Amino acid sequence: MPEPEATPDTRRTGLTPKSIAIWSLVALVGAAGWGVLALSRGEEISAAWMLAAALGSYAIAYRFYALFIARRVLKVDKTRATPAERLDNGVDFHPTDRRVLFGHHFAAVAGAGPLVGPVLAAQMGYLPGTIWIIVGVIFAGAVQDMVTLFFSTRRNGRSLGQMARDEIGPFGGAAALIAVFAIMIILLAVLALVIVNALAHSPWGVFSIGMTIPIALLMGVYLRVLRPGRVTEVSVLGVALLLLAIVAGGWVAESSWAGTFTLEPGTLVIWMIVYGFLASVLPVWMLLAPRDYLSTFMKVGTIVLLALGVVIALPAMKMDAVTDFATRGDGPVFAGSMFPFVFITIACGALSGFHSLVSSGTTPKMIQKETQVRMIGYGAMLTESFVAIMAMITACIIDPGLYFAINSPAGVVGTTVQSASEAVANLGFTITPDALAQAAKDVEEASLLSRTGGAPTFALGMSEIFSAVIGGTAMKAFWYHFAIMFEALFILTTVDAGTRVGRFMLQDMLGNVYKPFRQVSWKPGVWFASAVVVGGWGYFLWVGVHDPLGGINQLFPLFGIANQLLAAVALAVCTTLLIKSGRLKWAWVTGIPLAWDVAVTLTASWQKIFSEDPRVGFFAQRDKYQAGIDADKVLPPAKSLDDMHTVVTNSTVDGVLSALFAILIIVVIADAGRVCLKAIRNPEGVRLAEEPHTESKLVAPAGMFPTREEKAELVAAGLGTGGGMRKESAPGESQGDVPAGTGAA
Amino acid sequence: MSAVNTVRHLRRAVHGIRWYVRELSGEAVYDRYVAHARSCDPDAEVMTRREFERSRTDAREADPREGFRCC
Repeated sequence: MPEPEATPDTRRTGLTPKSIAIWSLVALVGAAGWGVLALSRGEEISAAWMLAAALGSYAIAYRFYALFIARRVLKVDKTRATPAERLDNGVDFHPTDRRVLFGHHFAAVAGAGPLVGPVLAAQMGYLPGTIWIIVGVIFAGAVQDMVTLFFSTRRNGRSLGQMARDEIGPFGGAAALIAVFAIMIILLAVLALVIVNALAHSPWGVFSIGMTIPIALLMGVYLRVLRPGRVTEVSVLGVALLLLAIVAGGWVAESSWAGTFTLEPGTLVIWMIVYGFLASVLPVWMLLAPRDYLSTFMKVGTIVLLALGVVIALPAMKMDAVTDFATRGDGPVFAGSMFPFVFITIACGALSGFHSLVSSGTTPKMIQKETQVRMIGYGAMLTESFVAIMAMITACIIDPGLYFAINSPAGVVGTTVQSASEAVANLGFTITPDALAQAAKDVEEASLLSRTGGAPTFALGMSEIFSAVIGGTAMKAFWYHFAIMFEALFILTTVDAGTRVGRFMLQDMLGNVYKPFRQVSWKPGVWFASAVVVGGWGYFLWVGVHDPLGGINQLFPLFGIANQLLAAVALAVCTTLLIKSGRLKWAWVTGIPLAWDVAVTLTASWQKIFSEDPRVGFFAQRDKYQAGIDADKVLPPAKSLDDMHTVVTNSTVDGVLSALFAILIIVVIADAGRVCLKAIRNPEGVRLAEEPHTESKLVAPAGMFPTREEKAELVAAGLGTGGGMRKESAPGESQGDVPAGTGAA
Repeated sequence: MSAVNTVRHLRRAVHGIRWYVRELSGEAVYDRYVAHARSCDPDAEVMTRREFERSRTDAREADPREGFRCC
């Protein structure tokens, strides 16, 4: 297939002296940030430098690299009607204002992921993680999101799995499907584990998160019965009740009820599993839909607040730039050296395969113009990356000694502040037992020791930042629990929604064997499939809580590998499509991130399977503990032979899963490679599943702010800044009633 | 800037924010649906808001992949 012709709009435009001056300044700011980050050793530096490095780099990447990909590589065509325009049905296909769609897309891609990964990766210092978050998003993550969005838009919003089947073949397609299912299970288990670790022995947290259930039910009834569709008013009511629940949590923690709400991790797991099952079989309107509104409001609001807080407080970072764990690979949070494990641990925020599921499917059905893929695909991912940078800042501004006391497995830190202080000293950091006790007291928790999973660390950093701006030390406990609530809320929503998606996929697969399974109204099928999915993640959650080696330590690398595996699938589909559509000379745009991602993922899988270091390799770990059992010896951190057996079972399961993921990656890559080679050898024989060109009648700017030419075009068409159909062609279809003042929204 | 101008700007900003929130929260989806249905046929029968919102949650029930959010 010949390379598509450039559209008239993709001509390169010369830079004016003014824009050269502005962009030079932006480059200088970014370079200054990087310079200070890279060169300072042993002194505390301000988080301002990290913000400068990140924002400067994002601006340059968005202005130049993303524009290059849009114009030269993808050749986005503003004369081509998008599925939203062609298939407009007013409901799921509908041209949506780019600023609204940006909000939708961002809310759909950003969740707990970018808040957890960077916190864990901070054990190697702030520098490795920060470099990966910024460089990774610019060259891999945002590119993946944008290119997937583009190709899916050209295919009426087909999903990643469907595109894999159409363009690579049934084999690669099936592998992609299994990958998505397996990832879903691990993802839900890890997210649930984060919440269990944050809520264990915390009556305040358990009470306030528990209250979200009646609040959501109330909102659900309001929307269903009282005032259907009035989302804003019910969300405002819900958020007010939520804040009340957080405050009330503090009262409960000090009252005689505290005991009732103080739960062991094991008990929380059971509650979580029961909740997950019930929530996923209840009607959507009761819990899921209202929770979704709540968590979106909280998410967007808190992220904006956090950004303001960081900019106003500009805290100093206390963590080292690079710790010894980066090279030695024996860190307590997760084992393994910087390459590949930093790149596995930080998935969301740098490169997240999961985004390709949102970028294909929902968003392409709503995009007004192909030219907007840069703003929505690339731009939203840059914003998520910024969230990850903020998470890195929150982890690095708290005392490193405290960081390691919170994030090391219980087997390492023990149960008292004295033992924790000693353990932290063994790791090469210092914190006094008093300081540990005081930190817990400040946020009104019984203990902060070994609260792994990232959420408590993030909450602590956030409370530090917020209390510096509003309320001082007195408000610390409130902000801490506010942050826990904020993370727990959308993790619980994901647990519910993810279980439903997993169930849907399972029902679809089982439908091949027994037809009724495919009917979503067949209750036994729904219950059975839900139970299987909940049982799947529930198993890993249970195991994660009871693993003497620490669940996060064991499971998080698996989650990272799984997420990066999905990214490999998405990038392989993108690269295949670039080659098949005659863009071979540009295939490196997704090909290089693909090669990097595969190298990282396969190295990590290799080490997880074959490493002889029992801290890293699952099977080496299994052998070590099996030998212990055979010799009737209990090896620490296990405390009994039962613990030893737990370790053996877990490491076997985890090792087998690692191997399965590695095989899936190889299958997808090999199948994609075969298709690419065929397309290169015989370009004439390529068949693309792309929709044919239809002339667009819609006028809309490409970016957030219309350029001068775009403004002239909008005025000529009689439209506002939101764009819409040309007046003469479709009267009454105009969206030009968008108020002009929303340009800055 | 005169007071009249300030008030006008303020009103426009409030209007813009209200528009954005309604669009983002999905509250405006029903209005869009009615406008779409009427644009083809001015006398078209449209669902009531209650029916429409129910059909939306039912659709989500049937295919949970729509509107799924990421980690």
